[in-house]
Amino acid sequence: MSKYVSKMSELKKELDEKPSVLKGNYSHKDWWDLPVEFHDGNWCFPGKPEVLQELGFANPRKWAATDADWQLPSDWKKTISEGLQSRLKQYRSMKLFLDSCIRCGACADKCHFFLGTGDPKNMPVLRAELLRSVYRNDFPLVEKILKGFSGARKLTPEVIKEWHMYFNQCTECRRCSVFCPLGIDTAEITMLVRELLNLIGVNNNWILGPVANCNRTGNHLGIEPHTFVQNIESLADDIKELTGANVSPTFNRKGAEVLFITPSGDVFGDPGVYTMMGYLLLFHHIGLDYTISTYASEGGNFGMFTSNDMMKKINAKMYHEAKRLGVKWLLGGECGHMWRVVNQYMSTMNGPADFLEQPVSPVTGTRFANAAATKMVHIAEFTADLIHHKKLKLDPKRNDHLRTTFHDSCNIARGMGMFEEPRYVLRNVCNTFHEMPENTIREKTFCCGSGSGLNAEEYMEIRMKGGLPRAHAVKYVKEKHKVDSLVTICAIDRASLTPLMKYWNPCVAVYGLHELVGNALIMDGEKKRTTDLRENTMAGFEDGGDDEE
Amino acid sequence: MKKVIMPFVMVVVLAMTPYLAVHYAGLTYLFGVIIPYTAAVVLVLGVLWRLFNWLRRPVPFCIPTTCGQEKSFAWIKHDRIENPTNSLQAGIRVLTEVLFFRSLFRNTKAEWHKDANLAYGSHKWLWLGGLVFHWSLLIIVLRHARFFFVMVPGFVDFLDHADGFFDIILPTFYVTDALALAAVTFLFVRRLSDAKMRILSLPTDYFPLLLIGAIVVVGVLMRYVVRLDIMPVKDQMLRLVNFSFDAPGEIGTLFYVHLFLVSVLAIYFPFSKLMHAGAIFLSPTRNLANNSRIKRHINPWNKDIKFKTYSEYEDDYRDKMKKANLPLEKQ
Repeated sequence: MSKYVSKMSELKKELDEKPSVLKGNYSHKDWWDLPVEFHDGNWCFPGKPEVLQELGFANPRKWAATDADWQLPSDWKKTISEGLQSRLKQYRSMKLFLDSCIRCGACADKCHFFLGTGDPKNMPVLRAELLRSVYRNDFPLVEKILKGFSGARKLTPEVIKEWHMYFNQCTECRRCSVFCPLGIDTAEITMLVRELLNLIGVNNNWILGPVANCNRTGNHLGIEPHTFVQNIESLADDIKELTGANVSPTFNRKGAEVLFITPSGDVFGDPGVYTMMGYLLLFHHIGLDYTISTYASEGGNFGMFTSNDMMKKINAKMYHEAKRLGVKWLLGGECGHMWRVVNQYMSTMNGPADFLEQPVSPVTGTRFANAAATKMVHIAEFTADLIHHKKLKLDPKRNDHLRTTFHDSCNIARGMGMFEEPRYVLRNVCNTFHEMPENTIREKTFCCGSGSGLNAEEYMEIRMKGGLPRAHAVKYVKEKHKVDSLVTICAIDRASLTPLMKYWNPCVAVYGLHELVGNALIMDGEKKRTTDLRENTMAGFEDGGDDEE
Repeated sequence: MKKVIMPFVMVVVLAMTPYLAVHYAGLTYLFGVIIPYTAAVVLVLGVLWRLFNWLRRPVPFCIPTTCGQEKSFAWIKHDRIENPTNSLQAGIRVLTEVLFFRSLFRNTKAEWHKDANLAYGSHKWLWLGGLVFHWSLLIIVLRHARFFFVMVPGFVDFLDHADGFFDIILPTFYVTDALALAAVTFLFVRRLSDAKMRILSLPTDYFPLLLIGAIVVVGVLMRYVVRLDIMPVKDQMLRLVNFSFDAPGEIGTLFYVHLFLVSVLAIYFPFSKLMHAGAIFLSPTRNLANNSRIKRHINPWNKDIKFKTYSEYEDDYRDKMKKANLPLEKQ
C-alpha cells in the first residue's frame, strides 16, 4: 500500500513472534545507551527551506534525518538551554512534570506508540526522561553532586536526534495523563520539546508546510479564496443532484448570525467532503443564518504542533474575522485538536471575545452556557440540542447499510470531555451502533496514530504501528458485531483512519458524524433518495424497491 | 543491576555509620542532637523552597485532563469530579487523587494474546500496593507522636488501638508494621520483576524504597526483637521538640541507626522525587476546572503575536476574490 511500510502480514508475524509488550531484550542495558536509527518509514521529511524562510524560522537548509550531520546552528546548545530555562519560567506545568515523576510505570503500556512498536523509549515515562535527563544535568545542584545516581546526561547531537525521533512518536493524545497518579501530561512535554527543536531547525514539513499555508491563504491545504468557494459550491451541486435540496452557502457575508469554521480537510479531502455535505444539508434544513469565511477557512491549527506562539497566530484569525463580519457567535465543525485549542487556549490567547454574544440556538432557543466566554459551539452539541428538541426530520433507516462504531478523538475526549453528544446524535441518525471495548473508548480512547501533524505518507510504518491499538479495537467489533463503519468527529481521523483501516481492517470505512446526519435528514421537497452522500446504495431504498417497513 | 546495587550499598553504609560512630566513638551528641536538628531544618526549608519555586511560576493555560463528560445540557449527565467546572469540584478531584489514588485505580495491563490480539486487563496491584504503602507509613508516623508529647494525644491512642487490633503478642503487634514491610517489598520487587520496570527505573527509584525499608526494619527490630528501653528515647525526643540541646542519655545504639536513617530521608526528601507529595496538589491537569470556555483563563505573560489580518489577506487575493464574487472591503 505504501513503500514506507512492510506488508500487514509481515508486521503481524513480527508482533506474534515477540509476545511481550516490550519488544527486544534489554537486560544489562540502559535506555540511554540504545542507538537511535532512522530508516525509511520512521522519519518525516524536514521543513523545506522556503517554508522556513516564509515563516521566519531558524536554520533553513536541505537535510534528512538519516544524515550523519544535521547541520545544527553553531550555538544550538545555548539556544536549547536558554529555550528550556525560559519555558520553565513561563510554565509551572513544565517544571512540575519534570520534577515530580516517580517512575511508577503506570503510563508505560498506555501509549499507542509503545504498544505498536514495543520500543522502551516510547513508554511515556521514558519519553519524558529523554528531556528530564538533560534538565537534571543543567539544573538542580544536588543532582550534580550525585551524578550517575539520578540519570543525568549531557546534551549532545545524539540527544537531539533522539528527541526528534521520540517527540515525533508522540501524538500529544494525553492518554498517559489519564492514568498518571500525578497527572503528568506528556503532551505538554512534547509540545515544549517540539518548540525547542524548531528553534534550531529540527522540524517536520508535514507540520510546517500547512502552518505556512494557513498563514498565507487562511487554511492548511493552501486553498486560495476562489478555489475554496468553488469547491464548496461543487459540493452544493452534488447535494442538489443527490437530494434535490438547494443548499446555498454564503461566503464572507457581513451580518450573518453565525460564522461556521471547520477544518479545510472537510472542504478538500476525501472522506471529509461528505461530512461537509452533511453540515450544508443540516444548515439548510434548519434555515440557519450562517456564513463561511475564506480567510478564517481553517478550523485546525498545526501551529499547536509547532509552538504556542504559532498556535496563537493561526488561531487569531477566528475572532478577527468574527469581529469584522459582525456575527453573533461561532460554530465549529468536527475536528480534534481544533477543539483542544478552542476549549483550552483560544479565549486565553486571543480573547476576550466581548464583541460576540453568548451563543443561542436560533431554532431551539437553547443558551449554550458552556460556551459563555469563548462564544464558540461544537457542531455535535448544536445538533444534539436540535435532535433533543425534535427539530430535525430524520430517517435513521437511511443509514441501515452501515453498521457503526464510534471513535472518540483524543483531544475531544481528554481536552474537553465531550462524550455523550456525538453518541446521542449517532444513535438518532443510525440504527446500528456498537461500542468498542471499554478500555479503548471515551477518556481511554486510543489515538489514530497520526495525530499532531504526523499524517505524512513517508511516516507510514510508525503510523500503522501507532494506530494498531485503535485498529485492534475496531477489529474486535468488526468480528463480534460485523461493524463496517468507523464514525469520528475529527478531520485528522477521517484522513488517517482510512489508510489505517485499509491496512489492518480492510472493508471498514471511515465516516464523519455529520455525514450520517446528512444521510438521515429528510429535506423539504427532496427527491427520492436511493444512495447515501457517497453514492453508495442504501439498504431498503434501492431503485424500484419501496421503502416501507 | 548497578542501578540497584549502588543504592543498596548506600543504604548499608548509611545504616552502619551511626552504629559504628555511636558504639565505638560515642558520638551520641552528633547523631542524637546535631544531625536530627539539621535534618529537620533542611526538610522544612527545603520543602517550602520547592513549593515556592513551583508556585511562583505562572499557569498560562487551562489544561485539565478531562476524564469524564463535560458540563453541557441539563439532560446530559455531567461528571463533576472527572470533568470539574468549578474549584470545589476540582478540589475534590485532587483530594481523591491524594487520598485514594483515583487515577491509579484505572490502571490496566496490556497483553498480547494469540493471533496478534491486544487485550487490556484490570490491574489494581500497583494501586493497592501504593495505597497500603502510603497509608501504613502515615499511620506509623502519626503513631510516633506518642514520643513527642508528655501526655499522649487521644488520636494516637485511638490509632494504637486500631492498629494493634491483632493483640496476639507482647508488645502489641501493629498491623501497619507488617503492611508497610509487605508493601515496600512489593514495590521493590515490582521494579525488578518486570522488564519494562527494570529499564525505566533509576537508582533514585530504588534508594528511597530501600531507605524506607531499612527504617521500618530497624524500627521493628527495636520494638519486637531487641526490645529497646522506650523511656530514654521518649526523653530524648521530648528534648528535641522542646529545642533543647542537652546531651542524650543512655539509649540503645539501634535507636541512633533509626534516627539517622530518618534524618537522611528528611534531608533527601526536598531534593528528590519524594516531592511528588507536594506536586500532586499543584498538577494543572488535575487541579484546574475545565471551564475555559465558560470563563476566560488569564495568562499573565500573554505574548503579543502579529498575525496576518484580513486586510492583508484581501490585498493578496483581491483580484481572485473579485472574480469569485466575494464581498470586498476595498474595491
